[in-house]
Amino acid sequence: MNTVAKGRRRSHSLRKALGMWQLYVLLLPAVVYLILFNYVPMYGVQIAFRDFRASRGILGSKWVGLKYFIKFVTYPNFWKIIRNTVTLSAYGLALFPLALILAMMLNEVGNLRFKKFAQMVTYAPHFISTVVLCSMVALFFGRASGLVNNVRELLGYERFAYMESTAAFKHLYVWSGKWQNTGWNTIIYMSALAGVSTELIEAARIDGANRVQIIWHVNLPAILPTVVILLIMNCGSILSIGFEKVYLLQNSLNLDASQVISTYVYDIGLQSGQYSYSSAIGLFNTVINIMFVMTVNTISKKITDVGLW
Amino acid sequence: MALKRETRADRTFGVINAVLLTLIVVVELYPLYFTVIASISDPYAVVKGKVFLTPVGFTWDAYKYVFSESRIWRGYRNTLLYTVFGTSWNLLLTIPTAYVLSKKDLVGRGWITTFFLVPMYFGGGLIPTYLQVRSLNLIDKPWTLVVLGGLSIYNMVVARVYYQSSIPGEIYESARIDGANDFKQFFRIALPLSAPILAVMALYYAVGHWNDYFTALIYISNSRLQPLQIELRNILLMNQTAVTQIEDMLEEDIDMAELARRAYIAEAMKYSLIFISSAPMLIAYPFVQKYFVKGMMIGSLKG
Repeated sequence: MNTVAKGRRRSHSLRKALGMWQLYVLLLPAVVYLILFNYVPMYGVQIAFRDFRASRGILGSKWVGLKYFIKFVTYPNFWKIIRNTVTLSAYGLALFPLALILAMMLNEVGNLRFKKFAQMVTYAPHFISTVVLCSMVALFFGRASGLVNNVRELLGYERFAYMESTAAFKHLYVWSGKWQNTGWNTIIYMSALAGVSTELIEAARIDGANRVQIIWHVNLPAILPTVVILLIMNCGSILSIGFEKVYLLQNSLNLDASQVISTYVYDIGLQSGQYSYSSAIGLFNTVINIMFVMTVNTISKKITDVGLW
Repeated sequence: MALKRETRADRTFGVINAVLLTLIVVVELYPLYFTVIASISDPYAVVKGKVFLTPVGFTWDAYKYVFSESRIWRGYRNTLLYTVFGTSWNLLLTIPTAYVLSKKDLVGRGWITTFFLVPMYFGGGLIPTYLQVRSLNLIDKPWTLVVLGGLSIYNMVVARVYYQSSIPGEIYESARIDGANDFKQFFRIALPLSAPILAVMALYYAVGHWNDYFTALIYISNSRLQPLQIELRNILLMNQTAVTQIEDMLEEDIDMAELARRAYIAEAMKYSLIFISSAPMLIAYPFVQKYFVKGMMIGSLKG
């Protein structure tokens, strides 16, 4: 009885699906694209567990289990790479509130023209390419003729080789990123702040709240869900420091502070051709990222009732 | 009325806020401003740290140098082509998908959506992707940088939200009653109403192509196919120009003063190169800013 009903429903939805075949045709190019460039590589990730030889193909290569994962974990520089990766993202994460603060500040500006101007200027660096951003860092902080060192000299300090320094690397990396994207990241908060009811603010004002109190007790709670969602998403990428910027700022002298997982994956994989080992490191990274998002998401759901899923 | 009740503390707060914001604006703007004035200043003055607020010893030399570098023009042209064709390809993949996934009565919608969302969280990683691209014979081809990076799931989700929230379902319903099939509904109704989201998507993707450097680094080695960003890296970060010039000079047996002068120009040239390569984005930016912001707003609706 039940199966008959189920079967009938299935044939019904099959007929319905056939009726909208044109929609599936519209989907087809994207589906083919994802299969070719995302799903086949996902299948190919098994070379992390094999001794990949191009001549033998993926399935023909010998299965070696966790050999390459163990190789990575026991690699003498393993902890250094992890520490560098975590340092860069934790530093960035610690400055996560900057965009929130800037959004609050912009929201408090009464003069609309100044507000528009400030928004335009702070969004602009977002459109500069990573290559240009890193070149600007190199130019401004260069030892011989960089602006920063010229100013240092004027003020009577010694010139300092920022670009070659392991101590300066994380500051350059994180603050150049903040310079580039803090303005842009305010957009999402600004739209949330625009949704705060004016009646609520009016009521608070009549009750004698000053501007700081209104920000703290009305605006902030109103956009907290947005903040939490963004925070979870940011936490998820704690081990996925992007490749491009680190790679571009990297040199042989600051390598002790600038070797991160993604650059190591590149070095091992494409520079020295150890495909299986490189894939294993990449997979290790992905799995930890996913675990991290899930953990933070669960914690956040328990505490604030806000989560990604 | 309520505004009149602003207390002294509130006014102080407003002033401090304005001062701090002005400072932030200066910090954001100054590096860009300095790049521009350094690019038209006497290279010697720039290197020696004489340039701070206004150009010193105005000259176009650095620009002349940049314009005479053929590989910059080649990179510019390549990037332009990659951006135009790549963005078209992006829209071809993104827009129909977003439209179809916005249909609530699509049979299998849940499964299909999952199929599209999984790559957002999990991927094969660098090497398995590289091997697949290689087996598709897509390495070092003129169309490599057009085809790769075809679909950004995030952008597709933003476009889907647009279709769900901005075009009322009744329009399709009445078109269906008038006998329009799904193709007609998409091409005759949805697409003509999609101008705002098409603009947002095209801009997002175009900026991505213009600034992309990673894909070329991995998949392109033929110097004739390199995009602008790779040439920029070679010149700006790896100092290739400076090196070749010094070699030239050693052959030509030029005196030290001339050698130093050229080294300075090579340094100043970097500023003009930064300006020239970022100019299209920064000039277009004030005009298209509102579309970008709109895209971000649509994206934030999905939460």
